Amino acid sequence: MNKGKMKKGKTNTFTRRDFLKGFGSGTLGVAITPKLLAQKAESIQTKAGEVPVYAKKQIKFTVNSKAYTKVVEPQETLLDVLRDKLSLTGAKKTCDRGECGGCTVLLDGNPIYSCMYLAIRADGTNIKTIEGMAKEGKLHPLQQAYIDKDAYQCGFCTPGFIMASEALLKKKSNPDLGEIKKGLSGNLCRCGNYTKIYQAVDQAAKAGRS
Amino acid sequence: MKEFKIAQPKSLDQVTSLLSQKNTDYALMAGGTDLLDEIKNKIIAPEVVIDLKSVPDLSTIKMDKTHVSIDAMTCVADLAENPIIRENFPVLVEAALSLASPQLRNVGTVGGNLCQRPRCWYYRDPDTICRKKGGSRCFALRGRNRYHAIFGGGMCYIVHPSDLAPALISLDAEITINGLEGKKNILRLEDFFTLPQNNVRKENVLEARQVLSEIRIPLPKNGSKSTYYKFKERGTWDFAVVSAAISGVISGGVFRDIKIVCGGLAPIPWRLKKAEDFIKGKNLTEEVIKQGAKEALTDARPLEENTYKMGLVEAVLYTAISSMI
Repeated sequence: MNKGKMKKGKTNTFTRRDFLKGFGSGTLGVAITPKLLAQKAESIQTKAGEVPVYAKKQIKFTVNSKAYTKVVEPQETLLDVLRDKLSLTGAKKTCDRGECGGCTVLLDGNPIYSCMYLAIRADGTNIKTIEGMAKEGKLHPLQQAYIDKDAYQCGFCTPGFIMASEALLKKKSNPDLGEIKKGLSGNLCRCGNYTKIYQAVDQAAKAGRS
Repeated sequence: MKEFKIAQPKSLDQVTSLLSQKNTDYALMAGGTDLLDEIKNKIIAPEVVIDLKSVPDLSTIKMDKTHVSIDAMTCVADLAENPIIRENFPVLVEAALSLASPQLRNVGTVGGNLCQRPRCWYYRDPDTICRKKGGSRCFALRGRNRYHAIFGGGMCYIVHPSDLAPALISLDAEITINGLEGKKNILRLEDFFTLPQNNVRKENVLEARQVLSEIRIPLPKNGSKSTYYKFKERGTWDFAVVSAAISGVISGGVFRDIKIVCGGLAPIPWRLKKAEDFIKGKNLTEEVIKQGAKEALTDARPLEENTYKMGLVEAVLYTAISSMI
């Protein structure tokens, strides 16, 4: 909505793209009223009191140190909300069954598969995605290590691997090879680049200690 | 994923009251990692998912003079890292760390692990309506059955997928089941699981209006030892082909007391009582352990593709027990 207002002030530079964007948020403005109404829970009266039942719910959470308030539907996964509502497309939707690790993000510091976690449950949590790794234009040591060691081929699994690596190193700053393998055991690389991935984590661990 | 609503109750009484409401199809969600898989794969389509995470204080581990109690919503990673569990129940820590991946252990819960549905590929295929889903056949019986049951089959040949269940049964764990209006039932975990011949649609005796709330394990006796050995096809992140949880009291190189509970063999965690009886009180030689396994295997009824599990039982028992002496 704010975007739409800002664009209105700049009518002399109004482009077709701006028109489409403005039109989009205008429609959203109309659509948002029933949405907000809908998030008011129905409730079921039980013998043990009223239980709220949601078809939509407004959640507040922090992603990469930025606070967000979003209306989500119960069946929306955290991954879908990150990608489609927050435009954070670093976490990948690959198997969508909690098997490959491409969607790995940190929830309150712990790695999870965001494809198997309902967004509605992320209410009040702190999420970190690959987009939150680089700081002030400088790559995170893990990102740099993955580049230095050529720890990817197609790169599709890399964001998930880096988040799993970050969680591992936060827990164990000096992992041996066995511990690195275990820490990354929930992530698959179909290019089979594991050896270099392990080397990258080892390099980042050493860089972190020096 | 198909749409559903989500109920966020604030107490277990609210959960059971919700479950007793008629005309709505509810599903209980603990960690949700298996439930969401079932919904995505169109195995189930609940109208309302009951979010057990919204119930406060359901994820602590406590110890009193006689028992350790684990709340059902404790996540598997917290279980494996808990100092009380690590000090007293190695079998449980090993089982916890052997299951799934770090990402799933951070979300999946102890209660959810005990109540998860089978991995049988016919059950998991949305287009196959097997007996477990209300159909009239078990497709594994004459179909592809290399991962299926060699004990306790008949109506259905799934194997129970839980790693924590064999470990907890070997430790004589009991569970608390909450029913309507605060009613609590305590039963041995071993009696929680039920064979297909009793009810082919379910793997346990949990009724529609009940929820599993707590697991209690007696503190180990002096001289107690325990271990979990899991044979799987991948080095990690895999279900057991055959696993064994072994708990007992060893003195002088002899088991004075032993419980052997296996995963991957039957529709429920399967106790090898004949092996226990044979091994108890004897010097633990390779011959004794393997003969113990052979005694237990006289009851096995393997299918066309899973006879190999017979040999694995011997090997798994031998590996597990010899690591304890």
